[in-house]
Amino acid sequence: MAVLLLAEVNNGVLSMDATAKAVTASKALGDVTVLCAGASAADAAKEAATIDGAAKVLVAEDPALGHRLAESTADLIVSLAGDYDHIVAPATTDAKNVLPRVAALLDVMMLTDVSGVVDADTFERPIYAGNAIQTVKSGDAKKVVSFRTASFDAAGTGGSAAVETVGGASVSGLSEWVEDKVAESDRPELTSAGIVVSGGRGVGSEDNFALIEKLADKLGAAVGASRAAVDSGFAPNDWQVGQTGKVVAPDLYIAVGISGAIQHLAGMKDSKIIVAINKDEEAPIFQVADYGLVADLFEAVPELTDKL
Amino acid sequence: MKVLVPVKRVIDYNVKVRVKADGSGVDLANVKMSMNPFDEIAVEEAIRLKEAGKAEEVVAVSIGVKQAQETLRTALAMGADRAILVVAADDVHQDIEPLAVAKILAKVVEEEQPGLVLCGKQAIDNDMNATGQMLSAILGWSQATFASEVGIDGDSAVVTREVDGGLQTIKVKMPTVVSVDLRLNEPRYASLPNIMKAKKKPLDEKTAADYGVDVTPRLTVVKTSAPAERAAGEMVGSVDELVAKLKEKGAV
Ligand SMILES: Cc1cc2nc3c(=O)[nH]c(=O)nc-3n(C[C@H](O)[C@H](O)[C@H](O)COP(=O)(O)OP(=O)(O)OC[C@H]3O[C@@H](n4cnc5c(N)ncnc54)[C@H](O)[C@@H]3O)c2cc1C
Ligand SMILES: Nc1ncnc2c1ncn2[C@@H]1O[C@H](COP(=O)(O)O)[C@@H](O)[C@H]1O
Repeated sequence: MAVLLLAEVNNGVLSMDATAKAVTASKALGDVTVLCAGASAADAAKEAATIDGAAKVLVAEDPALGHRLAESTADLIVSLAGDYDHIVAPATTDAKNVLPRVAALLDVMMLTDVSGVVDADTFERPIYAGNAIQTVKSGDAKKVVSFRTASFDAAGTGGSAAVETVGGASVSGLSEWVEDKVAESDRPELTSAGIVVSGGRGVGSEDNFALIEKLADKLGAAVGASRAAVDSGFAPNDWQVGQTGKVVAPDLYIAVGISGAIQHLAGMKDSKIIVAINKDEEAPIFQVADYGLVADLFEAVPELTDKL
Repeated sequence: MKVLVPVKRVIDYNVKVRVKADGSGVDLANVKMSMNPFDEIAVEEAIRLKEAGKAEEVVAVSIGVKQAQETLRTALAMGADRAILVVAADDVHQDIEPLAVAKILAKVVEEEQPGLVLCGKQAIDNDMNATGQMLSAILGWSQATFASEVGIDGDSAVVTREVDGGLQTIKVKMPTVVSVDLRLNEPRYASLPNIMKAKKKPLDEKTAADYGVDVTPRLTVVKTSAPAERAAGEMVGSVDELVAKLKEKGAV
């Protein structure tokens, strides 16, 4: 059995964490070939070759693959698909954009956000915002799967897989990249951080979010947010944790001024230790918290930042 | 331009889902069902395009059980002009997979010739996040997923997308499939007069067989289980106590 794994490559840079987690998830399925595609991808491929469990690395460099536009990336994957039984990727927004397109072109169903591998045809995935776990068996000849990164540990490095160049992509002419607005930050990435501090509507404003950020910086943590905080403009969209945002499972998750709606819990309830700070003792977040503190966040958070 | 909006009938987002004791699925009998929240956003966007003079007609489509009529009536009450119901299942527990939905939608597109399909980014029941991309692939069209801003300009659309790193803007060729994200707009509520008016708007009924699409699932559900429960935690009385507990656990 052979697996083609689409590595997470952004502007030529490999996301080691997401890719290495998907390698772990794929190991039981067969030999893993990692595909690095982009306008520049050679450096990413070299790095991917060090992942333990990567049997081979393919590199596809072509301006048409820049910014991972779905149409040309999907065409490239379909052109390579013949040799593989499984086509997989970490469940990032990039993969969620591209893989269903690949699946439809191959006339197979998509398996999104898989959290467990039972065997080569059988997978577990959360549905209904994680309120149920479904085990499904695919009858398709090829399986197209995205893996929920929070459910798998990253594979180690130290390997030295062979890197092979594959042909470029066809220019689809269907879409073109205009611009990226990416916030630069020295903080760890939300989906790979050991500690996450998240703020909700209770934080009250964009300025007040500085309180959350200060606590995060003291802990070397990433910053997250609820949907309400993002919708209200307190925090950028890429901080949203939840059913329709990012799924995180850090060692420590601190939820501040977040009520604990199921859609939020879906993105963080697999964290090892959960701390909740909320002034409402009835807030549902306390039902999943290991440590709950009923307090006004404007007093408790600065005090906590001081005392840590 | 005609805009096609696929809308799915799903469990209301406020309902706490219960897994059936025998592991055969979740209990959908007698629970509140609503339009998938992302699809409300898609309907809203389509209506705004019409109000802005960029679209002439908004057609809502739903695929599933007969009861999805109610979902379509909601879309009509919001302002869609007409609706198509494609009956593909009789049991409310049978979910039609995105691949089959996309194939049916592709046939509807062939018939209706819309210039734009606006769908939700994900259905909150199966959480697949796949249908729009699949439809676009089948049609050989461009796609723009997770949209937080859509600007239609003649034969192209400029779409800002919510991605892991922040925001990405792309320009796609029309016709196109756009899947909408939470921040695109805030959907309106249907007013009572509009709910009344919606009852008279045309709602065509078809079946999956009319389109020659086989909806047999590709994925067999082996079992459905409840997620592991978290053990009850404890309340702490002060920040000092919290810090002590976290240090004791080695968490900080
Ligand atoms: C389709 C769909 C998808 C969604 N996806 C997501 C998602 O991915 N992620 C997500 O988070 N949500 C999501 N939601 C939204 C979700 O349902 C909730 O509305 C949201 O999580 C609420 O955010 P919140 O807890 O910050 O706000 P609220 O529910 O308003 O809670 C604010 C909390 O702050 C507390 N508070 C206020 N002031 C203070 C103070 N001074 N000190 C301490 N505590 C204070 C209050 O007691 C309250 O508990 C989604 C909803 C839908 C319909
Ligand atoms: N049965 C259906 N009927 C109509 N539209 C659907 C159906 N299933 C999915 N869709 C559309 O596709 C989007 C994404 O759904 P999914 O791929 O299932 O997560 C939804 O938000 C709808 O716009």
